[in-house]
Parts: sequence; structure tokens; C-alpha cells
Amino acid sequence: MSRPSDLVQGTLDMLILKILALEPLNGWAVSQRLKQMSSDVLGVSDGSLYPALHKLEHRGWITAHWKPSGNNRRAKFYSLTRLGRKQLEKEAADWNRLSAAISGIVKLKEA
Amino acid sequence: MTFEQWFYTLPLRLRSFFRRKQVDLELKDELRDHIEQQIKENLAAGMSPEDARYSALRALGGMTQIEQQCRDAHGGSVIEDLVQDLRYGFRQLGRSPGFSSLAILCLTLGIGANTAVFSWIEGILFRPYPAVAHQERLLAVGGTARGESGGTGISWPDFLDLQRSCTLCDAFFVSKITGSTLNIGERAEIATGSIVSANYFDAIGVHPALGRGFAPGEDVGSNAHPVAVISHQFWRNRFKSDPQIVGRTQRLDNVPYTIIGVAPQGFYGTFVGWAMDFWVPASMEETFESGGYKLEDRGARWIEAYVRLKPGVTRAQAQEEISAIATRLEHDYSATNRGRSIRLWPLWQTPFNNAGTLLPTLEIMLAVGAFVLLIACANVGNLLLVRSFARRHEMTVRLAIGASRIRLLKQLLTEGLILSTLGAAGGLLVAYWCRHALVLLLPVRSGVAMYLPGEIDWRVMSLSAGICLIATLIVGLVPAFQARNIDLAGALKVEATGVVGSRGTAWVRSSLVVFQVCLSFVLLVGAALLLQSLQKIRTTSPGFSTTNVVKTGVSLITAGYDVPRAKTFQQDLIARVWALPGVQSAAFASVTPLGYRSYSSTPIAVDGYQPPLEEQPTVDYNQVGPDYFPTLGIPLLSGREFTRADDENAQLVAIVNQTMAARYWRDQNPIDRRLQVKGRWVRVIGVAADSKYESMRESPKPFFYVPLLQDFDREPVFYIRSTQPLESVSAAVLREVHALDGNLALYEMITLQEQVDRSTSPQLVAVTLVSILGGLALLLAAVGLYGVMSYAVAQANRELGLRMALGAGAADLFRRVISRGLRLTAVGVLCGATAGLALTRLFGKLLYNVSPNDPLAFASAVAVMTITSVAACLLPAWRATRTDPARVLRD
Repeated sequence: MSRPSDLVQGTLDMLILKILALEPLNGWAVSQRLKQMSSDVLGVSDGSLYPALHKLEHRGWITAHWKPSGNNRRAKFYSLTRLGRKQLEKEAADWNRLSAAISGIVKLKEA
Repeated sequence: MTFEQWFYTLPLRLRSFFRRKQVDLELKDELRDHIEQQIKENLAAGMSPEDARYSALRALGGMTQIEQQCRDAHGGSVIEDLVQDLRYGFRQLGRSPGFSSLAILCLTLGIGANTAVFSWIEGILFRPYPAVAHQERLLAVGGTARGESGGTGISWPDFLDLQRSCTLCDAFFVSKITGSTLNIGERAEIATGSIVSANYFDAIGVHPALGRGFAPGEDVGSNAHPVAVISHQFWRNRFKSDPQIVGRTQRLDNVPYTIIGVAPQGFYGTFVGWAMDFWVPASMEETFESGGYKLEDRGARWIEAYVRLKPGVTRAQAQEEISAIATRLEHDYSATNRGRSIRLWPLWQTPFNNAGTLLPTLEIMLAVGAFVLLIACANVGNLLLVRSFARRHEMTVRLAIGASRIRLLKQLLTEGLILSTLGAAGGLLVAYWCRHALVLLLPVRSGVAMYLPGEIDWRVMSLSAGICLIATLIVGLVPAFQARNIDLAGALKVEATGVVGSRGTAWVRSSLVVFQVCLSFVLLVGAALLLQSLQKIRTTSPGFSTTNVVKTGVSLITAGYDVPRAKTFQQDLIARVWALPGVQSAAFASVTPLGYRSYSSTPIAVDGYQPPLEEQPTVDYNQVGPDYFPTLGIPLLSGREFTRADDENAQLVAIVNQTMAARYWRDQNPIDRRLQVKGRWVRVIGVAADSKYESMRESPKPFFYVPLLQDFDREPVFYIRSTQPLESVSAAVLREVHALDGNLALYEMITLQEQVDRSTSPQLVAVTLVSILGGLALLLAAVGLYGVMSYAVAQANRELGLRMALGAGAADLFRRVISRGLRLTAVGVLCGATAGLALTRLFGKLLYNVSPNDPLAFASAVAVMTITSVAACLLPAWRATRTDPARVLRD
């Protein structure tokens, strides 16, 4: 089982929230979106996606609904709650601050 | 967590606990859905079906692990932890059954004592009347007189005015206890009943099981409505549950009553302490009460009443309105109501039944119960502490493998919860068994069914649950306090062997024991004070002789005697009884001292005495026959006593007591002076010594006597002073009574000592209860001390062995252990004595002629405590002397 890189571990929650902020999706669609958006760089395994989704659900940030999907089955669709939207704003702001600071440091010219 | 978060997550949490299978299935569905979509995608990308499937599964990883991780993400639910803790806790307790049962026994006693006290308070003080609706809004109503403490009754006209004018009241009703003779035979059979207003059953919301209650208007008119409602037990016992009872006749005091109804089962009337047999309307009061027809007499304050307030009305508001009405009545009817007011009492302070007498005892019992509980908790805490040393290893290992300290704390609290819940369950059982125990402590009287039930309702239950939680915290936190110090490195250390009493960890246990000794010492002092007080009361002279004097009565009204016939009979009987061998004197009197029946009272006026403005001096009096004073042994200080010549045709006379003479004649000789009684002037002919009239604890008060023949009573008490034993006097008197009239019955015959003992029974109840719980506390403290000492001896095995090897004798070691135990006790006693000096004031209301700081009580408590401690230390000390130095040093 491959693990996402350390960087992603802290930000996976934020990425999921961001993706679900655009539209309600089921687990598979979220995994596809993650791969597309990050161009496979982050290498989030499907295995770590579901525990993350369940954790977010149990924190009240996302909520799930069952909807009928094709061949007589139903699929679990996740959508963002009001709390989740606030959390996303907070994490995005944190991320921006952090990344700005880090890239500032990285760009420093060596004397 | 914010409320919004709970809003989203609570359903999930509940679901993941209660519908675990469903949640698991959904998780599997979700993952399968993912795989199927991935397969579709892979097929579209041109994979073979087999490859597509394999690749999809591999991308997801181990299904079982993902499922477990998802479940973990649900955040190890509180309830799951609790279930696990409970299971573990039960296993732990089951592993050491001796420890567990001792701990549960301690808690059962501690919680049981409290629950029993709560149930008594609920059943006797707060909800005393089973089946009566809305007791929380009931208040007792009585009269007060300016310048006098204590309550009086109210008059019927005043009651009617209150009923009419009170706007804040739902219902206003009368319930005055009375007794009645049922039949004629060898012995008079007595029943207890209430004289009530016609609205009684409607007002209390009790509907007769058979027949009807009283109709409006049945309480009007003199002897106009001889109807009665009987109680369910009376119906069952006396009428064999006759279904045709309604309409039948029962004679009460020789008046035939039509039984119109049977009260429902479980309704005992409205008098704390006694179960009623019958109820009659107020129109019939004349046949039960001495003093003639009183329904139109505003000066006759014979009524005991209750009021139920409208919902939301407070006692203060109602009191304000009632006081205003009373002031108006005082103004309108100044002849009878001057200086009079009307007061509301909460049910638990009702002045006219046993609630008032038991209140101080039960208040004290609350404090005593709390003490016993604390001592029991300290014991269990101590036991758990010992075990927590044994479990140090287990705790350390659990911490080492990653359990959080909070989790361990939860575990310890859960074990405490199990213990205290079992203790509380046992406590409820104890309370259930004890619910009728108070009755056993009170003296038996013939014709009166004592009824003092404990009530275990949801309020008592929730109080016990609260106590159980407190116990859980105490019991669980003591070892947690210990576990706090566990350090992981310590797990590797070998536990050091201790020296008696010098180990750092021992101080917690020692202070617990000191605490126990301290609390039980206070209880011992309390018990000693009450015992001393009871002793004082019992040895105080009531002012009349208690030995060689018996009292009884002859039921003349029942037998249909009119006044002249009754007068002749009384004279004949006295003459016959005087002639009996051993009889020194005999006399009649209307009311017996220290009995339940109250004295008549009258407003008085005295020549030359100017009462303070707005005050109407009122004094109790008794109607007594010739030879009353020598028979009861009350000394006559001056003047003469009543003779047969002081009859209805002679001049009206009175004998006053010492206090009355001093107060109203200012220490001048009152003999031959005038006294106004019930509006008529009488001449004072003598001064009698003070005695006790209503209670052994009363201070001297004004009182006077009038001749029985001038204020006649057909049902007086008969006193006989005789050297013969009670049984032979009783048989002889019955013989004489039957010689005069074979149809007459004799009331129960008792000595005046018995009369005094009955009147002091509330003190006896207090002494008994406090002694029982004090003894319990002492026992628990002794167990605690024993536990600490034996543990200390076991821990200090090596030290003791070493001392022995170095030449210390067995006696030396014995002394060391005992003195260590006594040192703990001494500290406890010192704390207890300090606390006691402040706390025994609480006993003040129950004490008679004993200071709350009485040195004798403290000294005897010290003695008992010391003896108990020595006894508790004997076994550990003996064990210390059996230490085998060779073996200890080898180990």
C-alpha cells in the first residue's frame, strides 16, 4: 500500500474539501479528480482516500447521501457542509500563508 | 465541539454504534462501487476484463485494512470505550471477589443509609399523604397568638371566612384527628379518625372506592349528619370487606353513624404518623370533642386545617393574603380574635402532627447519613488504593503500549462506577427494607395504627443516583491520584520495601483513615450527647410521680351515660376503688399530662394585671377532681385542694401553678384573688407546684386547674395510686367497674412512667438512629484502620524482620504497631474534636439540658474510639510479632 507523500498527508483534507466545494461527488469521482488536478504528482492512493472521507464526514465537514447510480446500485455522494466550507477557507488561508513563506525562503539567493 | 458539529455528527456516531452491521455493509457497498467504476474505466482504456479487475483491486489496496481504517476514522466512539471499560472492570472485580464484596458492602451501607433517610424524609415530611393529589402545594394552617410561641388551632367560623376570602387557594379543608370507642366489652376498642370539612375528599382528590364522600352542607348544623367514611383497612378488618357496607350503621362513641363510603386502598388520611380508620363531617364534632358545640364559636380554636395553593402561588404570597384576612378578622371580632393571627406552615413543619416532632431528627439524620457515606467512600478508596499498588504493573504496561492517561482514568472511574452502582442498588434494597422501620422505634399504643412509611419514588431514586455518582468520583479518583505518579521508567524498578509509616505513598491512606476517624468521632459525640439528653429527660422529674400511679379511663359516652349519671358513676367508682387493697388514692381529670389530647385553653383576666397592648393572655387549664394533687403527687404550695364540695352549685374556684402566680400576681399571694376564666370570675383557692404539661422539654409555663364538677367531662382520665402491680390493679378496677355496670369497658391501663416514655419517643428515635449509624461509622472506620495497619505491617515485613534480628522483642514490635495505629487515631480524634465543637450545635434542637460541647460526651467518644482503634490494630500487631526474621532476611 503506497502512502501519499508527507506533504500531502497534511493537505489531503484540504484538497478533498476543495474538490467537493465545486460539486457533490462519489468516492471514485473524487479519486479521479485528485489524480487529474494534481497530475498524478501527489500520488494519493485510493486506499487512503476513503478513511480520509470518513474522517471528514465524522467531523461534520462533509455529509453523505446515497443516490441511485446506473445498473440498479446506489452510490454514496459526498457534499460540503457549511462547517466544511468554513474549514476549507481556514485551511486554504493557512496554506497560502505557509506556501508563500516557504517559497519566499526557497527563492532566497545564496550569498 | 460546537453545536453545529454535533448536529452533523451525532446521528453518525449513534448509527455507527447501534447499526454497526448496516454501516459496515454500506462501507463495503461504497468500496465495491469504487472498484466497479474503476474496472469500467480500465476496460475503456483497453485492458482485458481480468487485468481491469486486478488493477482496480490493486489500486485500492487491502480491503480489510481500508475498512478498519474507515472504522477508526469514525473516532473510537465513547460508548464503545465504555462498553470495553465495563467489560474489563467487571472482569477485574470478579478476579478479586473478596475485595469487591467488601467494597460493595461498604458502599451499600453508605448509600443505603442515605437512601433510607431520603425515603423517610420524602414519605414523612414531603409527600406524607399517599394518594393525595398535589401535595407539593399543600400547606398546614394554624393559629398563632401574639406573645406566644407555637401554634394553636383555628375556629370554625374563622375557617369559613378564610375559605370564602382566600383567592390564592385552590382548596381549604379541615382534618382534625380524633378517637372513638367502637364497642362495649371487656376492653374498650378504640379507632382513630378525622373530623373533616365536607369538601375534604374532593379537596385532596381522593375518591371513595365504594359509596361516596361527603356532600356539601354535611358539615353544617349541630349533630345534623351522622355519616362516616371508613378506611379500606377498617373495612377489611372489621367488616370482612363486606361489599354491601354502604348504608350500614356503625356506632362511634355510642352515636349510630351511617357508613356512606369506603376510602380507597392506600389512603391513610392526612395525619403524619397515624393511619386513620374513619372520617366524619365537622357537624358531628360535638360527640368527639369536649366542650360542647363549637361550630359557631369563634373563640374555640380546635381545628387543624390544610390549604392547597393555586399553581404558581408561593407560600409567602399566600401568607400575605391570609395575614391580611386574619387582621380583618381581628378587627371585626376583637372579642375573640384580639392578638390572633393565622399562619401557614410547609407540610414538614406541620405543628399538629408527628412531622414537627420528627423534623429535627430527620434533619440530623441527613448530616449523619452524609458522614457515613463519606466514611464508606474513604474505606473503598483505601481498598482501591491498595489494589492500585498491585495494579501498578498493569497500569505501567498499558501506558507503555500507548494508552492515554485519560483512558486509564476513564478505566478507573468505570470501575468506581460499577462498584457504586452495585452499592446503590444494594442501598435501594436496604432503604426498601427499612421503609417501615421508624414505626418500630415508636411505642405501641392500643387503638392507633402507626404509619410512618418511607417513600421510594423517582426523587429519592435520583438523589441516590446523585450520591452514587459522587461516590464514583471519590472512589475512582483516589487510585487515579495514585496512578498520576506512575512513570514509565518506574516499571523497571523493583518496588522498594517500606518502613512502617514512613513511605511517601502511605500518607494518602493514612490521611484517609484520619478522615474516617475524625468523622466517626463526631458521630460518636453526637450519639453520646443524644444519649445523655435522653437520660436527662428520663430522669428529670415531670413534677408528678411516675411510679405507683397508673391511668386508665372508662368509656361512659359509649355506654350512653348522661351528665348526672356519669357524675354519680364517677363518685361510686372512686369510693369502690379507694376501698381496694393497696390503693392509696384515686382521682379523675379531664386531660392527661404529656398525652396527645390537648388542654382546654382560655383567655384570662386578672385583677390588677394589665396585659401589654394588643395581647390577650391565654392559659391552658385542666379539669381535675378531688384528690388529684395527692394522687399525682403534685405538691400544693399554699391554699387548699378541690373537694367534693366544689361542685356546680358552689362558688367557682381554681388552683393556679407557681409560674402563673408569679406572672400574674407578681409574687403576691393569689389566694382569694379573682381570675376570669371563659368570661366568668372564679376565686383562686390554691397554688400548686409547676409540672410538665405537654412536653418533658417545655420550660415552666402558666397553668391552672378547675374542679371537674364545675366544668364536667364525661370521658375523663382515671388515676389510681396503688402499691400493687399494674396487672392486679387493672383486674381489680375492671371488676369494680363491672360491679357498677356490666356493660362498661375500660381503656388501656398504663403507668405514668409509660406515659412519660411515650411522650419522649421522638428523642428515643433520634438516639436509636444516630447510635445505629454512629456504630456503623465506627465499624467502617475500624475496618479502615485495620486495613491500613495490616497493609503497613505486610509492607514493612523486611524492616520488622531486621529489627527482630537485631534483638527487638515481640512485645516491642507489638507496641510499635499499636502506637502507630493510636497515633493515627489521635490525629483523627483531634480533628474530630475540633470539627465536633462546631458541628454538635446541629444537635441543639434535640438536646435537653445538655450542652453541645458537653465534656462527658467528648470524653466517652474518645474512650470508645481508643478502644476500637486498639481492637482494630490487635491483629496486625500480632502478625508483626510473628515475623520470622530468618525467612524475611533470606528473601
